[in-house]
Amino acid sequence: MFDLIKARARHGYQAIPDPLTVSIHEKFPGRPDLSDKADLSELNNLCPNSAFTDRGLDLGKCLFCGLCERKHPDWIQFNPDFKLAVDSREKLIIAPGQTRMPEIAAIGNGVFKRSFAMRNVSAGGCNACELELGASTNVNFDILRYGVEIVASPRHADALILTGPISKHMAEALCDTWQAIPKPKFLILCGACAISGGIFAVSSELDRGFLKHWQACLYIPGCPAHPLSIVHGIHQLMGAK
Amino acid sequence: MTRNPFSVQNPDQLEFLEFSERLSRLIAAGYSPLHYFGTPQGLLYSIMGKSGSLELLCSVFPTGGSYPAFSQKILAFTMFERLLYEEYGIKPEGHPWLKAVRKHLPGQDQHSDYEFLASESPALHEVGVGPVHAGVIEPGHFRFICKGEIVEHLEIQLGYQHRGVEELMLKGDITRKCSLAESIAGDTAIGHNLAYCLLIEELCGIKASATGTRNIALEMERVAMHLADLSALAADVAYIMGQNLFAALRTTVINSSLAICGSRFGKRWLCPGGVNYSISTAQAEVLRKTLQGVETQIIDCAEAMFANSSVLSRFDDTGKLKFEDAVSLGLTGITAKASGVMADARMDYPLDDESIFIPFTENAGDVYARAHLRYKEALQSLKLVLSELDKRDLDDPLPQELGKPRPDTIACSIVEGWRGCIVHMAKTDAIGKVEWYKIVDPSLMNWQALALVMRGTGISDFPICNKSFDLSYCGSDL
Repeated sequence: MFDLIKARARHGYQAIPDPLTVSIHEKFPGRPDLSDKADLSELNNLCPNSAFTDRGLDLGKCLFCGLCERKHPDWIQFNPDFKLAVDSREKLIIAPGQTRMPEIAAIGNGVFKRSFAMRNVSAGGCNACELELGASTNVNFDILRYGVEIVASPRHADALILTGPISKHMAEALCDTWQAIPKPKFLILCGACAISGGIFAVSSELDRGFLKHWQACLYIPGCPAHPLSIVHGIHQLMGAK
Repeated sequence: MTRNPFSVQNPDQLEFLEFSERLSRLIAAGYSPLHYFGTPQGLLYSIMGKSGSLELLCSVFPTGGSYPAFSQKILAFTMFERLLYEEYGIKPEGHPWLKAVRKHLPGQDQHSDYEFLASESPALHEVGVGPVHAGVIEPGHFRFICKGEIVEHLEIQLGYQHRGVEELMLKGDITRKCSLAESIAGDTAIGHNLAYCLLIEELCGIKASATGTRNIALEMERVAMHLADLSALAADVAYIMGQNLFAALRTTVINSSLAICGSRFGKRWLCPGGVNYSISTAQAEVLRKTLQGVETQIIDCAEAMFANSSVLSRFDDTGKLKFEDAVSLGLTGITAKASGVMADARMDYPLDDESIFIPFTENAGDVYARAHLRYKEALQSLKLVLSELDKRDLDDPLPQELGKPRPDTIACSIVEGWRGCIVHMAKTDAIGKVEWYKIVDPSLMNWQALALVMRGTGISDFPICNKSFDLSYCGSDL
C-alpha cells in the first residue's frame, strides 16, 4: 500500500496543461519553411517519397525524414510547429515563402464543440500512427479533456479516423465500418499513409478506391502524426474554443 | 560463419536432395531455421543458426513441385513452408496445415475466399473478432472455437496489413530505403532500420563506426516498448495506476529520442553508413539524468504492481507456453525467453566482438513470466544505455560514403529487436542491383504461441494473453 502511494507521489502531475499552446522540443520537425530560392526539382530528386512538386512541398506525402533539410539547410528548415492539420488536401502543399498553416474550418455549427466520438480503422500502415493516436488519449496529451472519445462501435461514432494506406485486404472492412456509422459522419485522415499512401503509395497491394467516394474533412500530416498535431487538429475541427 | 552481418558470394547451388540431406543433418545437430524461402530466380535458401554459428544453404527448386516437409522434422519450418507454398506453389508434403499467411493459396482468388476451420459439434460455438478491433490497434481476425467459456481452438487469420514491403524494397535505389525499413513495423523502427542499415553496409563492403549511438537507439526502443506493454497489461487487468504510470514513463523515454533525432519512434535516426544524429555531450548529460529518473520510477511502479494480489491472480498461471513448444516452433524474444529458452541475438550473434551479453529468462512461461521479464529487460536495457553513454565519445562522424553494392553477393543481418530476432537478407545480381529482399519479423513465428496458449484457457483471458506477447501484425504481414 505504501509502495503504491510512493509510486503515485513520485509520478506527480503528468498532463500537459494546455496542449494547444505548449511548445515542443526544438528538434521536432514540424511546419517547414521553404525558401524562395529553393530548387524544387533538385529537392524532389533527393526526397525518398517525391513529396516536392513545382508548387512546393506536399505535406501529405512528406515523411519528415529530414533528408532535404540536412542536405540543403539554406533551402528548407523544419520548425518545431506541430499545428500541421488542414481541412483540404490542397492546403497541404507548402509554397515557397509560406510561413503559416491555414485555419481549419469547424464542422457542425458548434454541435460537436464539446463532444466528438471517433472510430479508428487501421488499414495497412506500420502501427506508428495507431500508437500516436492511442497516445493522444494518455495522461500526457489527454484529448479526452476536450470531450473527444475513441469509441469501440462505429454506431457510436461521429467520425472515422483512418490510419494506414488502405491495403487491398482491408478495403472491404473499411467500407463496412464506414457504412455502419450513422449520418452525419465525417472522415479524418491521420498520417502520410492515409493521406497519400505515404511510403507505400506505389505498392500494387493497395486499394484506395474508398477515398474516391468519400471526402475527408481533416488531414493530419506526419509519419507518424504527432499526438499534439492530432489533438490540435481535432480540437479545431470541433470548433471548440 | 559466426560474423553478423555476413555476406557470401556465389554460394554453391545444391541439388534439392543434397540440400535436404544437409538441412536434415543441421536439424539433427540442433540448428533451427532463421529463414527459409524461395526466390523468383527459382532458388531456395535456408539460413540455419545454432547459438553463435550460422549456415547458409542454397538449392534449386525441387523437381515436381513438392517435397517431404521439413516441418515434419522441426516445426520451426511451419511458417516458412506456408509462405513458400503461398508464393511459389511448392508443396511441402506432410505439412501440418498449409494455410495462407499473407495473400491466398494457389487456386484461390483472393484473401477473403478463405474458409475458417469449423466444428459441427452442437456442444461448441464460434466467436469471431476482427479485422477491425474495439481499440486503436492493427487489423487481424481471431476465430475461437469454444466449449462454454473455454477456448478449444484459436485460429489466427492475418494478411490484412499486407502492403508489399519486400517488393517495394526492389523499386529504386536500395541504399535509400530507410523510411521503408522503418515502416516494416513502426513500433520497431530502430530494430528493422538497424537490420537494414547493417545489410546495406555489408553489401557495400563497409563497416559503420557509430555502434555506440546505434546501441543506445536500439535499447531505448526496447525500454519504451516494454513499458508500453506493461501499461497495456495493467490496463487489461484494470490496474489503472500501472496503466497510466507506465504509459507516462514511456512518454518520457520516447520524448528523449525525439530530443535527439526529432522522432518519438527513432525514425530518421539511423542511416546506412552511420547515424544522422549523433548525441552531443550536452544531450548525453540530459539523457543520463532522464533515464536515471525513469529507472527509479520503473522500479517503484513495477514493485507495487507485481506485489498486488489482484494483478497476480490474473497474471499467474495464465497462458502457459511450454519450453518444448517454444524451442520446436523456433520462437524468439520475450515469448521464448519467458519459457526458459536462453536465446537472444545480442548473445548469439553479437554485432560487435567485444560485447558480452547475458539475457534474462523466466521459467513459468505464463503471462506473469512475460510481464516480469519485460520489467527486468527494461532495467537491463537502461543500464546498457547508461554504460554506453559513459564509455564512449558519442560525437559520431558524418555517415560514411557507401559506394555501390557489390555484385553477386548475398548478405544477411540479425538484430535482437524488442520482440525478438529480426533477420534481413538480400542478394545483388551481376551489376549490383538487388534481386530480392527478404525480411523476418519475430512476430511471424511468435503468433503461433498465442494460438497455442489459448487452448484450454478462458476466452476472457485472451486480451491479457495477447498483450503479454504483443505481436506485430504489419511486421508479420509485410
